[in-house]
Amino acid sequence: MTLTSPLGHTQKLTSASDPVLEIKNLSVDYGYGYDDDPVHVLRQVSLTLGRGEVLGLAGESGCGKSTLAYAATRLLPPPGLITGGEVHFTDRDGRTTDILRLNDAQLRASRWQDLAIVFQGAMNSLNPVFRIGRQIADGIRAHRPEVSQKEALERSAELLELVGISPDRLRSYPHQLSGGMRQRVMIAMALALDPQVLIMDEPTTALDVVMQRQIVEQIAELRERLGFSVIFITHDVSLLIEIADRIAIMYAGEIVEDAAALDVYQRPRHPYSSALLHSFPPLRGPRRELTGIPGSPPDLSRLGAGCPFRDRCAFAFDACAKVNPELVFPNVPGDDPRRSVACLRHDPAAVRAVGEEPLPVPAELSAR
Amino acid sequence: MTRPETPVLQAVDLQKHFRLRGVGSRDVVHAVDDVNLELRRGHVLALVGESGSGKSTIARLLAQLVPTTGGRLLLHGEDATARGRRAFRRYVGRVQMIFQDPFGSLNPVHPVRYTLTRSLRIHRGRLRGAALEGALIELLDRVHLAPAERYIDKFPHELSGGQRQRVAIARALAADPEVLLADEPISMLDVSIRLGILNLLQDLRDRLHLAILYITHDIASARYFADRTMVMYAGRIVESGDSESVTQDPKHPYTQLLVRSAPDPDDLEARAHGARGEAPSLVRPPSGCRFNPRCPFATELCRIEVPPLMQVGEGREAACWGYSDRPDRPVLDGSAESGAIA
Repeated sequence: MTLTSPLGHTQKLTSASDPVLEIKNLSVDYGYGYDDDPVHVLRQVSLTLGRGEVLGLAGESGCGKSTLAYAATRLLPPPGLITGGEVHFTDRDGRTTDILRLNDAQLRASRWQDLAIVFQGAMNSLNPVFRIGRQIADGIRAHRPEVSQKEALERSAELLELVGISPDRLRSYPHQLSGGMRQRVMIAMALALDPQVLIMDEPTTALDVVMQRQIVEQIAELRERLGFSVIFITHDVSLLIEIADRIAIMYAGEIVEDAAALDVYQRPRHPYSSALLHSFPPLRGPRRELTGIPGSPPDLSRLGAGCPFRDRCAFAFDACAKVNPELVFPNVPGDDPRRSVACLRHDPAAVRAVGEEPLPVPAELSAR
Repeated sequence: MTRPETPVLQAVDLQKHFRLRGVGSRDVVHAVDDVNLELRRGHVLALVGESGSGKSTIARLLAQLVPTTGGRLLLHGEDATARGRRAFRRYVGRVQMIFQDPFGSLNPVHPVRYTLTRSLRIHRGRLRGAALEGALIELLDRVHLAPAERYIDKFPHELSGGQRQRVAIARALAADPEVLLADEPISMLDVSIRLGILNLLQDLRDRLHLAILYITHDIASARYFADRTMVMYAGRIVESGDSESVTQDPKHPYTQLLVRSAPDPDDLEARAHGARGEAPSLVRPPSGCRFNPRCPFATELCRIEVPPLMQVGEGREAACWGYSDRPDRPVLDGSAESGAIA
């Protein structure tokens, strides 16, 4: 049938030179500023997702990772407001569109077909009064009106099989499924129109570890077969290291480090990434005393000049209060040229520009 | 390990079956069955299990927030079942609970001072003036909210999640308890401040010699924080022992699955692959071992008889027939072939 997804392209397509989604200088405010000043929750964020790549987006709650995903897909509810930036989507034929400049009809057609989202708390995103088969079929027919209901249901059955659920579950209501199964139904729905980008917002947070492992394996396997790109949002960095090709770490509305997954783990360059990795007690290896990160995340409505992490940072110095660092190539010889970090320890030029003396990169942030 | 003293709080054959609603319904949810546990002064016991395994029910039973349907609770070796309001108050003064959600467990219309004062007055009698002020400052100090003046007149919404959880802990300490029941105390907090709370609880254990029950779904944090770890599956304890051995050398097939499923960036190869199945319904739990439908080693014996906890090493127990000397016992593939768990 016409809807069957092209299972042909199985070659590993991981290259930064072939971007499928490019986010450029995206800024988002919350609040319109009638009585209060708006809060700048995303400030000039740029991020590129390569074709076939799994990009992890990590950070604590309130750092703007979900906002970034919703803004890039124009799903941000009020009072969220996109105040600037571009989001370029390149489809398989090489045509590029700016999602932020699509009109409503184009946007409606593009959603789900080009970019699909698996929401946070996907367990509750299903409509409780409709059978799941109908819910999947609805989505298909909204985008492909020429498809009959029967065909759409057949396709729904295929999709359920794809995520390891028996097709006779089509006639089940959401409450008859377990949490893990509902999560998989959501993934099946997201894949219904063979999207090129799948955004997953904390898809495993509500599940226990065994189920989390099953879902993560499923995603990896499906990506291999269907060749889509994934933005995987979570606060669990150790999970990301396992499944992501590249990780972007966010803090207070900005990306502070962007590097290959194993580089982030073994050679973190930003003090926050390094501290975050030391916030999880290890299950194996020597038991060691861990400290977490002192203080708490900053109030985004009261951010002044300077680096937002400086109050909690072990390596802060005078310049950190004066300039907010920008993403630069780490000041460590021999690093992967594609990685970047936003820390003044790696950016002597910015330090000199405000009349301070640059300090060297500490040993903790220059491991090889 | 020597254990001369009697445990502060002890549960013997604890059982909780919830009646299902419905006219004439005889069905019950087997939430907790045959649980024995001991909380000792200056020790942390971790209770690990997935959601729905009954671990929070145990905390609520131990706090006597819900009545048991079987088994006994002993406080210093004596029956502790509180009958009536005053007995319950006395019991609560010795056994305090910390909840998962510090956003929900503090009353938003009262400042920190009110919340703590109330707990102090209820459990320590009429404190006034300088004595009260001193007690409040000492409490905030103990949970590392210093200087106390900065926090004492704040409302919950003015505090961060970690600070709120500290206030909740201070409120529990106001009763001067012997036992702290911490039900997922860090799972709602930002990752960067979780360790701060665990380290605080560890500090309280050492300084005040509290007995702490730490309930969690994160077995790595149990290893970090707890002296002993018990693993629950579908309402039953399946394994117990000191935390280090339980996490490094799990004996029960379920614990093995749990440990191998946890993400570990250091060891990307040794993952459980192809794990399948889900926790069973507790209305009609599987007969025999409740893990048998998912267990790769299960035999006829596992499907018929419930395995008791058996000694599997120094201070360690596992409820698995594989460790019995029955002739028809299942053969556990002891090698760390993760793929075997299917």
